[in-house]
Amino acid sequence: MYNSALLQVVLFIIILIILALPLGEYMAKVFTGQQVWLSFLIRPVEKFLYRIFGVDETKETDWKSYTFSLIVFNAVGIVVLFILQLIQHILPLNPQGLSSVRWDTALNTAVSFVANTNWQAYGGESTMSYLTQMLGMTAQNFVSSAVGIAVAVTFIRGFVRKSVKEIGNFWVDLTRSIIYLLLPLSIVFSLFLVSQGVIQNFNPYTKAQTIQGQEQVIAQGPVASQEAIKILGTNGGGFFNANSSHPYENPKPITDYFEILGFLVISAALPFTFGAMLNNRKQGWAIFISMLTLYLIGLSVALWSEYHGNPILGLDNMEGKEVRFGILNSVVFGHSTTSTSCGAVNAMHDSFMPLTAMILMFNMMIGEVVFGGVGVGLVGMLIYAILTMFLIGLMIGRTPEIFGKKLEPFEMIMAVLVLILPSIIQLVFGALASSTTLGLSSLNNAGPHGLSEILYAFASGAGNNGSAFAGLNANTPFYNLTLAVAMLVGRFATIIPSLTIAGSLAQKKSTPEISRFPTSGPLFIISIVAVVVVVGALTFFPVLVIGPILEHLEIFTYGN
Amino acid sequence: METKKTIWQPKFIVRAVYDSFIKLNPLNMYRNPVMFAVEIGSILTALITVYNIIQGHPFGFNLQISLWLWFTVLFANFAEALAEGKGKAQAESLKQARSDIIAQKLLPNGDIESIPALALRKGDIALASDNHIIPSDGEIIEGVALVDESAITGESAPVVREFGGDKTGVTGGTKVLSGNIKIKITVNPGETFLDQMVGMIESAKRQKTPNEKALEILLVGLTVLFFVVVVTLNFYAGYVNVKISIPILVALLVCLMPTTIGGLLPAIGIAGMDRLMSRNVIALSGRAVEAAGDVNIVLLDKTGTITLGNRIATEFIPAPGVEEKQLARAAMLSSLADETPEGRSVVILAKEKLRMRGRDITAPEGSKFISFSAETRMSGVDINDRQIRKGATDAIKDFVKPYNKQFPKEVGYAVDRVGGEGGTPLVVCENGNVLGVVRLKDVLKHGIRERLSQLKNIGITSVMITGDNPTTAAAIAAEAGVSDFIAQARPETKLERIRKFQSEGYMVAMIGDGTNDAPALAQADVAVAMNAGTQAAREAANMVDLDSTPTKLLDIVEIGKQILITRGALTTFSVANDVAKYFAIIPALFAVQYPILNTLNVMRLSSPQSAILSAVIFNAIIIPFLIPLSLKGVQCKQDSPMSLLIRNLFIYGLGGLILPFIGIKLIDMIIH
Repeated sequence: MYNSALLQVVLFIIILIILALPLGEYMAKVFTGQQVWLSFLIRPVEKFLYRIFGVDETKETDWKSYTFSLIVFNAVGIVVLFILQLIQHILPLNPQGLSSVRWDTALNTAVSFVANTNWQAYGGESTMSYLTQMLGMTAQNFVSSAVGIAVAVTFIRGFVRKSVKEIGNFWVDLTRSIIYLLLPLSIVFSLFLVSQGVIQNFNPYTKAQTIQGQEQVIAQGPVASQEAIKILGTNGGGFFNANSSHPYENPKPITDYFEILGFLVISAALPFTFGAMLNNRKQGWAIFISMLTLYLIGLSVALWSEYHGNPILGLDNMEGKEVRFGILNSVVFGHSTTSTSCGAVNAMHDSFMPLTAMILMFNMMIGEVVFGGVGVGLVGMLIYAILTMFLIGLMIGRTPEIFGKKLEPFEMIMAVLVLILPSIIQLVFGALASSTTLGLSSLNNAGPHGLSEILYAFASGAGNNGSAFAGLNANTPFYNLTLAVAMLVGRFATIIPSLTIAGSLAQKKSTPEISRFPTSGPLFIISIVAVVVVVGALTFFPVLVIGPILEHLEIFTYGN
Repeated sequence: METKKTIWQPKFIVRAVYDSFIKLNPLNMYRNPVMFAVEIGSILTALITVYNIIQGHPFGFNLQISLWLWFTVLFANFAEALAEGKGKAQAESLKQARSDIIAQKLLPNGDIESIPALALRKGDIALASDNHIIPSDGEIIEGVALVDESAITGESAPVVREFGGDKTGVTGGTKVLSGNIKIKITVNPGETFLDQMVGMIESAKRQKTPNEKALEILLVGLTVLFFVVVVTLNFYAGYVNVKISIPILVALLVCLMPTTIGGLLPAIGIAGMDRLMSRNVIALSGRAVEAAGDVNIVLLDKTGTITLGNRIATEFIPAPGVEEKQLARAAMLSSLADETPEGRSVVILAKEKLRMRGRDITAPEGSKFISFSAETRMSGVDINDRQIRKGATDAIKDFVKPYNKQFPKEVGYAVDRVGGEGGTPLVVCENGNVLGVVRLKDVLKHGIRERLSQLKNIGITSVMITGDNPTTAAAIAAEAGVSDFIAQARPETKLERIRKFQSEGYMVAMIGDGTNDAPALAQADVAVAMNAGTQAAREAANMVDLDSTPTKLLDIVEIGKQILITRGALTTFSVANDVAKYFAIIPALFAVQYPILNTLNVMRLSSPQSAILSAVIFNAIIIPFLIPLSLKGVQCKQDSPMSLLIRNLFIYGLGGLILPFIGIKLIDMIIH
């Protein structure tokens, strides 16, 4: 069993690299305005879009205007999505006659989709009309991913550029992300999904007789189109409540396999984009390998824990898993969905073994950098790289620098903010939830497992993951609002400081290549992996001890 | 010199112990945010202990925690005070001496007014003569004096300072041994060299360098993060029905906070400056010292830096049919009245060749000396009808023309050869007979080759700047082993070159002494002025080399690197330590309620209380254990960056991970 699992994982990684490598190069060309093989088709569309929106694609701005555009764009996104949910009952494409969404749920959802989190406090089929799903959710699925990619390429430009203030044009980056990358990939992917049995229709919900003779309502909808971008854009917000464990979203092992590849591929490609834009492909590989190492360490622990099962039962831990996926696919899916900030699920994370669950939480707690969310994952990893190079620089007796740019107090302030704010927000809200009736009344389980449910929810929010542990009724004003704040902090406390760093680095000179410390070797990779793990562990060790670790020890001590 | 002695003397230690209490003043502590946080924690736990005593509750454990937290702060203060010790003592004695000085201020109307030295302002003129202390920094505008600079340099040999040339600068606090000078004061009170020197070593006045600020931001960030971790842990513990007392929470926080590096951070910087001073370099900017580790290129003046100031004669090359002795004698006679260093060196070489001693040489009766002029470009002597001349090739060719004598082509070849080898040929003739060539040569300073190759080893490209023609320059460059040279340089060439290098991203160091170096010094990232140089050069520089040895850069680079490495190593160590502390404290907090969590008590510490105390004690006493390291600096000589990193990661990263497990276990065994 282990051997076949190992073989599958190795094969999976090889396929991932084969897909990510050319995609990364492709993105580098797209975002540096070079000709790509799709240009003949897309370039006219791009020009047309700039003309109608009045965008001058040659005009770039400094980081302040760039950030301002980004914030305005997202603020408008939140407001529109919020209102759309409140008035969906009077709008068309609502065959089930679903009513207006409660305000706190609507706000949470609006923030959630704009922040690329796709935390869902609601069940999709019982809450959102087709119009809301398509115009609101799917639209944000595209643009929130595009925003993430825009931030990543802008961050990369900060390293590449020398002595200039301009870091890019937000509207151009946004447009290119969507029309050159997300749309073409989504079209291909949804066609694939439809071919494998994922549904795409506007039918009212079907009524069916079960074998027992009862009536069952089977929800329908334009699933495939939303599913594709949900996966590719590491959004994760399912059309249905059951998300990717629902047969209409993820019918077979083959769709499961490609969904996992789907949410990893853009994030895994971005390190290569980085290497290409930096004109130092070895550096891109170094970042990729760092991420991969973290990914494999986590996966090993999770698989080990899950294959050992529960000693009290003495069976494979199949609870909460789909039989068509089994242990391996469920764990790989769960590990991948939490290490990218996708958040789609094909199994109940609540039912994983405690240590597996701990790995999934840890993936989110370290800020979604193991490939991570599209764009922001790379940015987060590069922030860790800044921290690592700061320490390495000091330890070799040089003013710390990264990829030729000197790290000064300003960059350190911003990097530290990215590092600590999301952690602080999840710790504080988690503490609030676990010590007040507002928070505790939503729990289904007491003891350490209940604590895990709370920790998972806020890790998911602040990490912009959006997957749920289940077992926690999060559709209350308390959780809706605290999670909305956590999602905002997790998203914008990463994006805004990162853009300021990009702006500051772009203005700096670059030190000559020959005088730089090599940052693509194994020493760099080991250091950055150690920094990520140690910083994460030091922050979350105490709560993990009384959550999943205590639960694990209880099961294994009293089970044997 | 005082600073060359060790710091571990009773007088410094007693003073440092005293100062570590004085430094508890919150108005002082807030400059070091990490330790300020520890102090607040200490106060909090002390108050709780007092409250326990008043209430009649058991207080022993809280008292112990509180005491060790106070020790943590005191140890950190002690490190800082000890680092300051030497410099402060030296600075204070200098300040004391200077505050008593009375300056003789020259008023515009010619009167002389006696005022305290501290009242002198920029632009004032002061007089100084025998046994006067020079009142402030300035430039000699009249006169010459022998100055004892030992108060600042520690060098007992007096130096000449005079008007004109490159040795006009004088420093306040030094003493005129003999001579009368008129000094134009160039700084205002509080900005003098001495004040700056004091400012670099007294922590209260010290400017934090950008690197230090950046590190402090990281440390504060971690402190804030751990504060949140500890405060929220209280609520999470409540969820699993565990109550944690405030002193224990404070103890956990202090253990997690990067107190080791936080406590030693000021000491590392101050001690670095102090080490620099003990190598006779006064840094006026901590930033420049730390930037020295990044230097890629150093610009060196040829004259006075790579070569001895003057050329000297090294060889006589006689013309065909002329004896070497004949040439030597003629050259000597023509140079007897020549007081230039070149002229004197010709005489010295000739005496060697002729095996003569000093007193045997006298100018023959009736000698008439012709001195060098720019028009004739030769000098010589007329003895009766003998006309001996030495000078540039063209000048001698012109001189022999009227005699209708051939200029031997062998001599022409010799001239070309000497020039091609980087020397300067002087042709000697007597009455139209060309006798031969004297080779004048630049002589390298002793040991310069080795020092330059060391610079190369640590990755610094040396660039020689000279006004010589390219051929000469190339020859000297090759001989000295500099990586590159710039020939026929004008004064502004230096500045242009530095700007060009900088725009390509290089960090440039410049070593200079002359007034025309000042703009280049001001532009360079690391600028070292010779103490013997002009005031302008010293003001433009950010470091002054008291020994005036141009390759001091090596020492500066080493110390700059050491400062950074020591900080980086201790930060890594400090953070790595936290892992063991968690394994000591977290099981201690929860194992009473959940005995299975004792699985995490990997050190098998005897009781929850002793576990917590052991962690706190380890956290406190690691500071004094690391004081010697932070004062001496982590060694980094001649290592490649890669091997340096591997070694430091191994010692301070891995070592920092493992050591506290052992240390905490040992302390637990002792206190239990």
